[in-house]
Amino acid sequence: MIGVEHYIFVGAILFVLGVLGIFLNRKNIIVILMAIELILLAVNLNLVAFSAFLGDLTGQIFAMFVLTVAAGEAAIGLAILVIYFRGRGTIAVDSVDRLKG
Amino acid sequence: MGFAQSLYFTGAEVGLSLSGLVLLLVTAWTSHKAARAITVLAVAALFGAAIFTGVALWETSPVADAFGGLYRVDAFGSFAKVLIYLATIACLIVTPRFFAERGAYRGEYPVLMLFSAVGAGMMVSATDLMTLYIGLEMSSLSSYIFASFLKGDWRSNEAGLKYFILGALASGIILYGMSLVYGFAGTTNYAGIRVAFEASFPTGALFGMVFVLAGLAFKIAAVPFHMWTPDVYEGAPTPVTAFFASAPKVAAVGMLMRIAFGPFGGEAEAWRQIVIFASLASIVVGALGAIGQQNLKRLLAYSSINNIGFLLIGLAAATPAGAAGVAIYLAIYVPMTLGSFVALLMLRDREGRPLETFADISGLATTRPALAWCLMLLMFSLAGIPPLFGFWAKFVVFQAAVEADLVALAAIGIAASVIGAFYYIKFIKTMFFDDSARAPEERSPAGHWAVLALCVLAISPLAYLATPWLGAVADRAAASLFLFS
Repeated sequence: MIGVEHYIFVGAILFVLGVLGIFLNRKNIIVILMAIELILLAVNLNLVAFSAFLGDLTGQIFAMFVLTVAAGEAAIGLAILVIYFRGRGTIAVDSVDRLKG
Repeated sequence: MGFAQSLYFTGAEVGLSLSGLVLLLVTAWTSHKAARAITVLAVAALFGAAIFTGVALWETSPVADAFGGLYRVDAFGSFAKVLIYLATIACLIVTPRFFAERGAYRGEYPVLMLFSAVGAGMMVSATDLMTLYIGLEMSSLSSYIFASFLKGDWRSNEAGLKYFILGALASGIILYGMSLVYGFAGTTNYAGIRVAFEASFPTGALFGMVFVLAGLAFKIAAVPFHMWTPDVYEGAPTPVTAFFASAPKVAAVGMLMRIAFGPFGGEAEAWRQIVIFASLASIVVGALGAIGQQNLKRLLAYSSINNIGFLLIGLAAATPAGAAGVAIYLAIYVPMTLGSFVALLMLRDREGRPLETFADISGLATTRPALAWCLMLLMFSLAGIPPLFGFWAKFVVFQAAVEADLVALAAIGIAASVIGAFYYIKFIKTMFFDDSARAPEERSPAGHWAVLALCVLAISPLAYLATPWLGAVADRAAASLFLFS
């Protein structure tokens, strides 16, 4: 029998993968955007699983809001990435290091 | 409460959102030349919202839950919103010239400013995790765009990219915490969460709370989540940095207070340790990190980390006096930081290039005496030196901490503020006692002067006349935070 704890476990793994994807990735900023999406999907999985097991609709409504905002966030992230690429000619993570003190 | 009444109570937000949408359409149909006119209209809308909210704060301001408990109108929310709207107005007044000279001013900027202000207002008024999340994202998403608004400037692009990645990560962490809190409490409503957690507080809920607090620490730039601040503050265009240091910060601190005393109010012992650690670490890192900096925007970034540490002392006290201390600190911090950035914005050489390092401002007292004196007052106030109003801000939070038996925290805070005074005084020494190196531009626009003069007036010793009134309002705001039914 699959209980709520299994869903939470999968959600936690996805969340950790997302966070590691941001910090361990040394290649490409697009991968960071994907990692951010992974975090948001982990949250959605959590919300929907809790919602189903609590018998309470709030979690699913919340998941809808998260999906909508995630779309806006990805759009803004890609837009910033495009102007960054135009200026720098690369989207390697290592290139984002010119500002330092 | 009926729908019409809910709309009335959220009048400021509804009005700002509608004017934002209308102005967005106007922007789409007119050329970039209309950007200044749109800025004026946006300032008018914000001014109206500030007056509407100010009147609600002035009257006895009953606590009212709008939209079925998703949103609360009370003295604390109104207090924070008046600060947010006024700070946004000040930022909008000083923005157009900076971008227009670089040919980058667009009508979208004031429109996004309106949406950002609405989001910030929602953050401090939300009494439901969903409302909170929408407000947070409305404010953050606009901020990412502001940071990278100078499309042709690599520093602005890099600041925008860094701010976006770390801000999105912080939102993800907050959201993951919210999902756990929802799962263990069974509701997203603050009052409901509090009731559920008073009955039982499982480990999963503790994890959720820690995630939410860690994400919020990112947003307010408290140590250990402060790494992005110096880079973003330095790279973002200066008027945008002024905005980041004021309105969104008030909103994030306000929302942190509402969360800490509301849904997690029964768990004060659990979060207090985290807040005390973040507070001490921010004060120390903010004071030490600033010492070697040559860039003034970076220096002010560390100064803002340092100030967040002092704000968190008031939160760590976890008493109404501590909360009132935080409210007073915010009200004084906003003019201090806005004034400093506006003064920085007025520092340009004859060709209009910004002067933003220590070498550039040496001998400013002989070339731009009025500006140098204003900066001196602001720096002394940030350092907390007595006749200026910044001293009172620090005094109230330390007093609250001592009353709450956090004597060690207050003592370390006072010691670190002495270290912090070093770089503020270095600033003044460079302006007044070093030989002048560069010839700065001789005149600044009247709008910049007006904002700077108001900020300096608000931190001058004259402001002590307002302490009984400010204290009473802050007490009322703090009391409304603890009114949890």
